[in-house]
Amino acid sequence: MKLLFNIGRYFILLKRVFGKPEKFSVYYKQILYEIDSLGIGSLGLIAIISVFMGGVITIQSAYNFTSPFIPLYAVGLGTRESIVLEFSPTIVSLILAGKVGSNIASEIGTMRISEQIDALEIMGINSAGYLILPKIVAAMFINPFLIVISMFLGILGGYLMGVASGACSSYEYIFGIQSFFVPFNIYYSITKTIVFAFIITSVAAYQGYYTSGGALEVGKASTRSVVYNSILILIANLVITQLMLVG
Amino acid sequence: MIEVKNVHKAFGDRMVLNDISFVFETGKTNLVIGESGSGKTTMLKIMVGLHNPDQGDVLYDGRSFTSSSEKEKQEVRKEIGMLFQGGALFDSLTLEQNVAFPLDMFTDMSKSEKEDRVNFCLKKVNLEGRNKLFPSELSGGMKKRAALARAISNEPKYLFCDEPNSGLDPRTSLVIDALIKQVTEDLGITTVVITHDMNSVMEIGENIMFLYKGNMWWQGSKKEILTTDNQEILDFVYASEFLKQLKPRK
Repeated sequence: MKLLFNIGRYFILLKRVFGKPEKFSVYYKQILYEIDSLGIGSLGLIAIISVFMGGVITIQSAYNFTSPFIPLYAVGLGTRESIVLEFSPTIVSLILAGKVGSNIASEIGTMRISEQIDALEIMGINSAGYLILPKIVAAMFINPFLIVISMFLGILGGYLMGVASGACSSYEYIFGIQSFFVPFNIYYSITKTIVFAFIITSVAAYQGYYTSGGALEVGKASTRSVVYNSILILIANLVITQLMLVG
Repeated sequence: MIEVKNVHKAFGDRMVLNDISFVFETGKTNLVIGESGSGKTTMLKIMVGLHNPDQGDVLYDGRSFTSSSEKEKQEVRKEIGMLFQGGALFDSLTLEQNVAFPLDMFTDMSKSEKEDRVNFCLKKVNLEGRNKLFPSELSGGMKKRAALARAISNEPKYLFCDEPNSGLDPRTSLVIDALIKQVTEDLGITTVVITHDMNSVMEIGENIMFLYKGNMWWQGSKKEILTTDNQEILDFVYASEFLKQLKPRK
């Protein structure tokens, strides 16, 4: 029953979130602020993780491709496919669910317990729309760019590590990442990313918006946001993959 | 004028407000006083629409608020300014952005008009020149004053103050009280102050409502409260041994 209650309340909140904004210019400014806060602010973390993960994927691929029948350029090919199909859209989104999701839940939760949301409501402002809509729009806009940057840096990290460790040559790696390229895979990854961005922001905002109590509850809301986001991202990943790659 | 009519509110089995009726007069500082847990904050939340009453209505200049649609409520709320107990300033905004917030949302003022209005409001609460400070850089009293500046920036018709003196020293409390009284008189608005601070009652209490265990127990002015025979009020007013010694003898 509690699950149904939460699902119902989540969709009621979404209805309020997508209500008509009081003033578009204010929302526009908020969206720009959130793009900077949620997106640009995550760039450093994503860059570091992508470069290192790309390197590890390359070394692991080379380690496993021991058969003489598998050409070494498969290392580059395997790294590219792993990064484009799964690592950048899904793993990076899971990392963002931790960083951005907990940030959103604690920010909105703190606003709730310090009566800032009540203040918005009493001013006649749709607090759900004002606080949550810019975050959803900003994340759905900026996350695909972050993921594309992550793909580039992951492949670059793979190249650097692959060549430096002697797992493959520069020529083989570059030949590998150019081979059998399917543009639809990028479309699939971007679609996943946009769906994950919506899940991350809306679920985190829901957890924060209905916080009650004090600092302890804000912490719990933040933790719940990361847990539910991670589960929902994995479920959505399975569904989208089935629909787009198989169905 | 705000009229509360036959308001009932219970949380589960616990009755919090029992058949409350009262008229909050325009141009006066109307006080709702009572012990902790007497239902003051619930009453305030019902008046501004954060809670719905189980029965009864709240009327803003004859306009029914409780039974109105959410859109109609939002229109009334645009005429409301509220000073929260903790200030409820937006942490991510500077003082001037906080004060300008209602103007950004609901007016088409030019940038210079907004600046003038913000500076006027900050001057009114003795915070001129502090425009660029963030709430985290303000003391408790400054936060309350800044919140009052935000509450009056869009020229509200109704001003609500929830425990405006809580956590403040007596001297700063007097400053806040004086500001509330001054703003009420200057703007000719209906002000409702929720408090249990007797200094406030004696400073600004023009029309006082005493809540006792969720019931409307007494109403009168600050002069009348000192001379009433009502035992519950006397217990509230002369709570300490020190004050009991100051109680006028008949």
